[in-house]
Amino acid sequence: METITLEKLAENFQAKIDADIKIEPNDWMPENYRKTLIRQISQHAHSEIVGMLPEGNWITRAPSLRRKAVLLAKVQDEAGHGLYLYSATETLGVSREDTIDDLHEGKVKYSSIFNYPTLTWADMGAVGWLVDGAAIMNQVALCRTSYGPYARAMVKICKEESFHQRQGYEIMTNLMKGTALQKEMAQDALNRFWWPALMMFGPSDAESKHTEQSMRWRVKRYTNDELRQAFVDATVPQAELIGLTVPDPKLKWNEERGHYDFGDIDWDEFWQVVGGNGPCNKERIEARVKAKEDGAWVREAALAFAEKRKMRENQ
Amino acid sequence: MNMKSNEWPLWEVFIRSKQGLNHKHVGSLRAPDAEMALQNARDVYTRRSEGISIWVVQSSMIVASDPTEADALFEPADSKVYRHPTFYDLPDGIEHM
Ligand SMILES: [Fe+2]
Ligand SMILES: [Fe+2]
Repeated sequence: METITLEKLAENFQAKIDADIKIEPNDWMPENYRKTLIRQISQHAHSEIVGMLPEGNWITRAPSLRRKAVLLAKVQDEAGHGLYLYSATETLGVSREDTIDDLHEGKVKYSSIFNYPTLTWADMGAVGWLVDGAAIMNQVALCRTSYGPYARAMVKICKEESFHQRQGYEIMTNLMKGTALQKEMAQDALNRFWWPALMMFGPSDAESKHTEQSMRWRVKRYTNDELRQAFVDATVPQAELIGLTVPDPKLKWNEERGHYDFGDIDWDEFWQVVGGNGPCNKERIEARVKAKEDGAWVREAALAFAEKRKMRENQ
Repeated sequence: MNMKSNEWPLWEVFIRSKQGLNHKHVGSLRAPDAEMALQNARDVYTRRSEGISIWVVQSSMIVASDPTEADALFEPADSKVYRHPTFYDLPDGIEHM
C-alpha cells in the first residue's frame, strides 16, 4: 500500500517539475531532492558569506573614497545574498545554526574561488569582473530553478549583482589606462584569477556526479560546461577591449562552433583546493569560526534583552 | 522545524513598495525582537529603495493552509463558472457590460 502511494507522489512531483510548476516548502518532495537542495543552497549561502573575506580585506585600503564606498556596498550586498539563501535553506527544515556549523566543521563546501588570496588592488577588479561575472552566469540560470524560495532569492540576487561586475570591470579599465606598472598589475590579477574563475563552474559534465539528476529535477537548468562556455564567450572580448591578454595560449575563436575554444583546466588544482588544500582554505574557515564565536555574546545579550522586555510588558 | 533555544526567532517580512500598493511577502530573517526585525528587514530587503513601509510577523504566528488539501479547498471555486462574467450570453449589439 505505502509503496504505491510513494510512487504516485513521486510521479506527481516529477509531472509538476516537467510542467515547470514551482515546488514550495510544504509540498511533498523526494527526500533526495530536499537533500540536494539543502546541499546546493547552503553551499551557495556559504559562498556569499566567505566571499566577503577576500574583498573585505581591501575596504580599508581602497584607493579613493568612491572606491571604498562602492566596495563597502558590494560586500554588504554579499551579506544580504547570504541571508536570503540561509532563509531559503531553512524553508527545507534545517536550522540555520546547524547549517553554519556544518561549514565550520568542514562538512559542506563553498565556492573554491574564495580560497585564493587577494594580493593587490587590481584583484578587486579581477574579482568583481570575473568572479561576480561567473557567479552571475550561474545565478541567472538559477532564476528558473524548480524550488520556489531558491528561485525567488536568485531573482533578487541577480538584480543586485550587475553592479558588482561593472565596478570590477571599471577598476580594470582604469588601471589599463594608467602607468605601465598599473597595467602590469591588472594583467597579473587576470593571470591569477582567470583559471580559478573557469573552475567556479565546477567539474566537467563527464565528471559531475550530480548534474544528471539535478537537470531532471530542474534544480540546474544548464550544465557546468555550458555555463563555462557562455562565460568564456562573454568575457574574452571584454578583456581584449581594454588591452588585457587572457592567459591561455589555446584560446581561439572557433567559427564553426560559434564559440571560443579554450585550453585544459588544471583539475588537479581544482580538486586540491576543493579538498581543503588551497592557499587560503584554513584562513577562511578560521575567520568564519572566529566571527561566530566573538559575536556570540552579542546574540545572547540581544535575546536576553528581548526576553526581559517581554516579561516586563506582560506584568 | 528544529529550532534551537538560543537561536533568534524567525520573522516573515512584507514590504509596501509604494503608496497605493499592498504589502508583499519578500522573505524572512532572524531577529531577537520586533524592533530588531524591522531594523534588519530594512538592511536586508530595502537597500535599493524597494519599500516605503515594512511589516514583520513572527513566522510561528502564521497559519497556513495544507497543500495536500488544496484540491478539496479550492475545487468548489473551480466548478462555479457562473461567478465569471464570461458565463453569460449577451444579445448582439451590447459590447460593453
Ligand atoms: Fe552575491
Ligand atoms: Fe556579487
